[in-house]
Amino acid sequence: MKPTGYSLDTTFAALADPTRRAILARLAAGEASVNELAAPFEMSQPAISKHLKVLEHAGLIARSREAQRRPRRLVPKPLAEATEWIERYRRLWEGNFKRLDAVLQDLKSKQKRTVDALLEEVKPKPKKRSTR
Amino acid sequence: MKQTAALKITTPSERELVMTRDFAAPRGMLFDALTKPDLVQRWLLGPPGWTMPVCEIDLRVGGKYRYVWRNADGREMGMGGTFKEIVRPSRLVATETYEDYWTGGETLVTTELVETRDKTSLSTTVRYASREARDAAMKMGATKGLEASYDRLDQLLTA
Repeated sequence: MKPTGYSLDTTFAALADPTRRAILARLAAGEASVNELAAPFEMSQPAISKHLKVLEHAGLIARSREAQRRPRRLVPKPLAEATEWIERYRRLWEGNFKRLDAVLQDLKSKQKRTVDALLEEVKPKPKKRSTR
Repeated sequence: MKQTAALKITTPSERELVMTRDFAAPRGMLFDALTKPDLVQRWLLGPPGWTMPVCEIDLRVGGKYRYVWRNADGREMGMGGTFKEIVRPSRLVATETYEDYWTGGETLVTTELVETRDKTSLSTTVRYASREARDAAMKMGATKGLEASYDRLDQLLTA
């Protein structure tokens, strides 16, 4: 594998499909043959093979050498890079947006105070100070 | 405890990243919080320990904005760009370039605000100049050795 060989584009394209994500989730639990991978899906073996090709091309999975079964296994690095990026992005923006919530809350209470003060001003004042 | 609205991140195309989140505020107020320097300085801070001592926003088409962040060690990071489209309070399009490291050219950021009942949905689309630019952004500040969590596969990149 080249250090920066596979492109992250193909990684993302490969991850965009739910069947392929399910296949990866299965392979995360250990290697499996094409038949084993096809079993949970209502799909023909050629259709599954097509998905496997996409995953293989993206560098997300590889074939083991065992001649008969040719089981597929997960190649974790590209996946880790992609998820890590999104997770980093998420953490950063979750922090920012939480602070933005607080700013909005503050603006809302300021707005309310201003409106209340205005209402107080336009409210007809009692003529006699009877409440004293 | 008040529940925090969920942040959704998707990658609809090879060069785009989309972030959406709801805010409990009217659209105009959210638009202000995104475009008025004294408000932006209070929340757009990134990781803990960073402040934004410089925040200049010339909010008109062709106008520029510039942010400078500073951390506790005095390290600074600058970013800026030009406004391409301004439709108050629903839409904002601006370019974005980091000053200190190569990110493969300008990024185009489109912000859309949609108000429904008592909340406003904010959607931010980040469009990278090229595949190389996106890859550079991905690698920027990457921490090594973090294992991907396979449990997150389904929630990741869901279309």
